[in-house]
Amino acid sequence: MTEPLLQIRGLKVHFPIKKGILLDRQVGAVKAVDGVDLDVAKGQTVGLVGESGCGKSTLGRAVLRLTDITEGQVIFDGEDLAQLKGEALRKKRRSMQMVFQDPMASLNPRQSVETILTEPLRAHGIQYDRKNRVQELLKLVGLPGSAANRYPHEFSGGQRQRIGIARAVALEPDLVIADEPVSALDVSIQAQVLNLLEELQERLGLTYLVIAHDLAVVRHVSDQVAVMYLGSIVEQASSDELYAKPLHPYTISLMSAVPVPDPEVEDRRERILLSGDLPSPANPPPGCRFHTRCPYRQEIRCHDERPALRLIEPGHTAACHYAEEILSGAIRPRQADETFAAGPSR
Amino acid sequence: MRPSIPNSDGERMPVEYLDDHPAEATRVRPDRGGETPLLRVDNLSVTFSHHGSKPVFAVDEVSFDVQAGEHVGLVGESGSGKSVTSLAVMGLLPTRGVQVQGSVNFDGRELIGLETSQLRDLRGAEMAMVFQDPMTSLNPVINIERQLTEVLLRHREISKNDARTEAVDLLNKVGIPDPARRVSEYPHQLSGGMRQRVLIAIALACRPRLLIADEPTTALDVTIQAQILELLKELVTTTGTALVMITHDLGIVAGLCDRVHVMYSGRIVESSERRTLFADPRHPYTGGLMASIPRLDQRRGEPLTPIPGSPTDTLPWSQGCAFAPRCPHAQGDCRMETPRLEPLGNRALRCFHPLPPTQTKPRGSS
Ligand SMILES: Nc1ncnc2c1ncn2[C@@H]1O[C@H](COP(=O)(O)OP(=O)(O)OP(=O)(O)O)[C@@H](O)[C@H]1O
Ligand SMILES: Nc1ncnc2c1ncn2[C@@H]1O[C@H](COP(=O)(O)OP(=O)(O)OP(=O)(O)O)[C@@H](O)[C@H]1O
Ligand code: SF4
Ligand SMILES: [Mg+2]
Ligand SMILES: [Mg+2]
Repeated sequence: MTEPLLQIRGLKVHFPIKKGILLDRQVGAVKAVDGVDLDVAKGQTVGLVGESGCGKSTLGRAVLRLTDITEGQVIFDGEDLAQLKGEALRKKRRSMQMVFQDPMASLNPRQSVETILTEPLRAHGIQYDRKNRVQELLKLVGLPGSAANRYPHEFSGGQRQRIGIARAVALEPDLVIADEPVSALDVSIQAQVLNLLEELQERLGLTYLVIAHDLAVVRHVSDQVAVMYLGSIVEQASSDELYAKPLHPYTISLMSAVPVPDPEVEDRRERILLSGDLPSPANPPPGCRFHTRCPYRQEIRCHDERPALRLIEPGHTAACHYAEEILSGAIRPRQADETFAAGPSR
Repeated sequence: MRPSIPNSDGERMPVEYLDDHPAEATRVRPDRGGETPLLRVDNLSVTFSHHGSKPVFAVDEVSFDVQAGEHVGLVGESGSGKSVTSLAVMGLLPTRGVQVQGSVNFDGRELIGLETSQLRDLRGAEMAMVFQDPMTSLNPVINIERQLTEVLLRHREISKNDARTEAVDLLNKVGIPDPARRVSEYPHQLSGGMRQRVLIAIALACRPRLLIADEPTTALDVTIQAQILELLKELVTTTGTALVMITHDLGIVAGLCDRVHVMYSGRIVESSERRTLFADPRHPYTGGLMASIPRLDQRRGEPLTPIPGSPTDTLPWSQGCAFAPRCPHAQGDCRMETPRLEPLGNRALRCFHPLPPTQTKPRGSS
């Protein structure tokens, strides 16, 4: 195993909920990220997957210190970013860059591509040969040299995402956090951007944290996959292992919900339907955060004891009290029909 | 097994169908041979012409049939003309700046040129639609009960009181817990998944014979999407409602539709029964899409083959094949002549140089 480039320990990001005319009374908190441990090894890609509102973006932003950290450590290259301030933080930030979901919203429409690409260099006071560096970057992401003097609106969505990626790698960072890098793109061009990310990783030795809600995308790009639910990580394993042997009931349900473009597969699949909606992170359920929707829920422990992320198999962690029993098949998911029989009458 | 539908709590409840004709409701999907279709769209073209700008040929020579009880998929990328097709079928396009040509025949009746009032009678009663964003298609200032009873009162001989009882019943049937309380709530008080359930209840309130669902789950999380798709599937199957499913997600179509039409730049480029389409795509665009989508059951590192260019790199159909600028198979004739949609065995294909038949099993299925 290579040394982790990024180690996240007990990370919490809580957003205060304020009331009162002056918004001066704190009445609670949105626990967007609530105790996350995660390692990202040098040169690898870790995929962070989960549904809307589970805290993926907040986690990514906290790592870059774009949002305040409530508690915990973010150790990057041996130093705890949570403790850094001012110039020291700014220097560190140079080696961590972000790619955003919506390329249009993240590029300044009034700046030419050349300005967009050289701004980070200027901001960090780096000497460069303007024309050469811009051409180099454009070539790297597969855009024509003539793009330099054009403006974001003159490009298609996929091309704009290439510009966003070129900007992110301009400073030769070690870590790139890509937050939903393809979800705003048309299906036919998602693969272009995914392939570009992989190519750049190889050429520049980048380490990636890829955030996405699409499990198929995450599986495709990641060495390691971490599954997030309501502010914490519920399972982590290598991409192939996670797919072959999902242990956490949420991962199992998520996988069974993803449609596969193959009628043979679709007709054979057994769907595990999750009940209800995602609870609010301002008021998360006690015990296991997933117990309100869990098809494997047991009478004991699930509703009052929060399961820790534990090693279940080599290189495979899960936060479920009953992961071993689920793995061995001793506990089966409740059939929806049984729930009906046992559930409230209608 | 008795038919049952999952509610939002994942519980299954027996379906008592959306109105009270259980005998009729148990009818299964009919044979397709030789029957006249429920919906026949023939040579439909929709052109937007706003002055000052060039006309947009949003939908061009689109033809397809929907048999009673059949599930048909319309797939394509953003801007390929899926929504405009469905709006034209429903007669919901604005009249100004829009030219609609061709024919939309519903159960023997021509809908193009029909009076607005007659269309309105059909909509909701005989054919209904579910949209992507339930927030914009539900009225935000009217409670759920009124939105449901309005449909019932407009299309059915029914008293106000009965309509109210039925509204609660409908919510129950689309799996909304505590329907008696929920019925008096407003759209913003419901989650996205719940709103989509309400929309489905409204659409199916009068048990239409045709339901058009335009990206009904695109705005939803994948676990909620699975709930809604399951609900839709069971409802339309048990009631024998024909379904036109519009989506950009080939995975949804793979599990749901009998027949699939792939659209590109306003035209259908390939039509086929779903198994044939997925096992053996013949249009380079269809094949390209399938090779470029990461699949959940595909090993890490299996390369994706992207389609080059972007959906905006099109050739006008009047000059050749719109896909030619992005097509790895394109030859000279593709840019000089317009390919026609030609039958090929059990499918229809619009391509001069189709992909060879697939010999091996499709990827990922090993
Ligand atoms: N600045 C903020 N102030 C208050 N609450 C916030 C703030 N930013 C995020 N949240 C809340 O924190 C939770 C997690 O949000 P986050 O954006 O991290 O989720 P996500 O997993 O990225 O979701 P999505 O897939 O929709 O992007 C949500 O409930 C969100 O409303
Ligand atoms: N009112 C309008 N005026 C002018 N052009 C329009 C109008 N409505 C749609 N179009 C154009 O018609 C074409 C087809 O649009 P349509 O909405 O049917 O696409 P779609 O396949 O539903 O795409 P999406 O997946 O983004 O919903 C597009 O080029 C669009 O810009
Ligand atoms: S701890 Fe219990 S409720 Fe939580 S995932 Fe495991 S079985 Fe389900
Ligand atoms: Mg996000
Ligand atoms: Mg549309």
